[in-house]
Amino acid sequence: MAALGYDVAHLLAGGMVLVSFMLLYQDRMGALLNVFALHATVLALSVAWQAYVQDAPHLYVTAFIALGLKAILIPSALRRIVQRLDIHREVETTVGIGMTMLVGVALVALSIVLMLKVTVGVDPLGRQDLAFALAVLLLGLLMMVTRRNAVSQVVGFMSLENGLILAASGARGMPLVVEISIAFSVLIAFIVIGLFLFRIRERFDSVDVTTLHAFRGDRT
Amino acid sequence: MMRAATLQIGQTLLVLLLAPALTGLVRKIKSRLQQRRGPSLLQPYRDLWKLVHKEAVVAENASWLFRVVPYLIFAATWTAASLVPSFATGLPFSTAADLLAIVALLGSARFFLALAGLDVGTSFGGIGSSREVMIASLAEPALIIVAFTLALIAGSTQLSVIAAFMTSGEVGLRVSLGLALVALVIVAIAENARIPVDNPATHLELTMVHEAMVLEYSGRHLAVIDAASSLKLLLYVSLIAAVFVPWGLATPESAPSQYAIGIAGYVAKVAVAGALLAVFETTIAKMRVFRVPEFLGASLMLALLGALLMFVTRSL
Repeated sequence: MAALGYDVAHLLAGGMVLVSFMLLYQDRMGALLNVFALHATVLALSVAWQAYVQDAPHLYVTAFIALGLKAILIPSALRRIVQRLDIHREVETTVGIGMTMLVGVALVALSIVLMLKVTVGVDPLGRQDLAFALAVLLLGLLMMVTRRNAVSQVVGFMSLENGLILAASGARGMPLVVEISIAFSVLIAFIVIGLFLFRIRERFDSVDVTTLHAFRGDRT
Repeated sequence: MMRAATLQIGQTLLVLLLAPALTGLVRKIKSRLQQRRGPSLLQPYRDLWKLVHKEAVVAENASWLFRVVPYLIFAATWTAASLVPSFATGLPFSTAADLLAIVALLGSARFFLALAGLDVGTSFGGIGSSREVMIASLAEPALIIVAFTLALIAGSTQLSVIAAFMTSGEVGLRVSLGLALVALVIVAIAENARIPVDNPATHLELTMVHEAMVLEYSGRHLAVIDAASSLKLLLYVSLIAAVFVPWGLATPESAPSQYAIGIAGYVAKVAVAGALLAVFETTIAKMRVFRVPEFLGASLMLALLGALLMFVTRSL
């Protein structure tokens, strides 16, 4: 039973890393949002499995929040934003997809090596969870760095946050209050970013964030 | 001893005899899916027979290499195909060479084929060779990393040991195995010049790869090369079957009836794989050559990810 519990947790957490790579690979807005919904669904499954294995009912709430908020609410809201801004096809990457993938693999290797070194003596379940969570987190950061479109940066930010939840579900004893407040702060961040997107659009007729560069203090 | 030798010879002949039938089956199902009747299953055998009896025309400026290469390719591919467990594990040759040796045999076959494509000096051969090498430079590392992943899981690169381990139930659920399977299937499609990467049924098209390299061959040389291509397709099918669906394989201790089951199971697995390949090829369009590195890069990345995830396992 313990072996099966570990295997399923490994499968789901590994699946999240894989879906993070799928996010990096997408070059269409609609597909990107679908994959993001998948990312959150896998997260919800993973957290629910942790709740079952650790016998921690409050984690079911986290899983439910992840499913409702991030797999359904935020993707559909983002889809509406994409429709209203009419940017279905544009995902401009700053570096090529192949290069991004290689960097991504290097980041996964880094996080696995780092976490295995740091967490010697922790039980294997939490250990693999932390390693994969760090990988998901770094891949989300990578996505924010390599994309120029503000909407795909939002997706990167949200997938980064999914990584945080994954880490929290593996580490025992995170109080429910913290989880709920994180969920709501993400929702608020999302609303703020949504408003921000429309403001960028109004001013520059584009959501490509490179247009903002000219307004930074350090002109070169 | 006698029995082992018989089994090994049996396996070697079985792959040789079955290979054209698989090619024929894929063509037949594809034709049916496209509302055509299609050639009979025996057509590849008839083609080979016809080609063997035709005169081999060799270009004037072809070197000795051009004449030798078909036999080299055939020998390397046949050896590799007879090393993959098809209906039984633990055959005498399987201890002599592991998965890496099979990769190396296929790699040398490809190297000679690319040389032969360049040998005559036609532009088509050159294009074919350069594209083949481009595809191989991504497909081969992916295959090797898949081999490493399997070796990490099973603790050996011997295919017999891997197949036995997969049936033992100690494997459990592993995300790495799924990634390795997807990577291996993509590599198999690319290496066998199947549709999203290359079209096996085309001639004189600017996108072709394999057919461009063998354009100058005729007669018995072409027959041998075609037989080697069929063998290679069967080899990949056997490889995937042996690693990911190893059920029904006979072991050295099992009774003769078990071998009959093993052979029947093998033929069934090959038929299912052929049908799946035909359906896949019908539903998908040929990719632009410049998209191929992306497709294969995904395979390489999946293989790499699978190997990485293996390091975070129960045993740590």
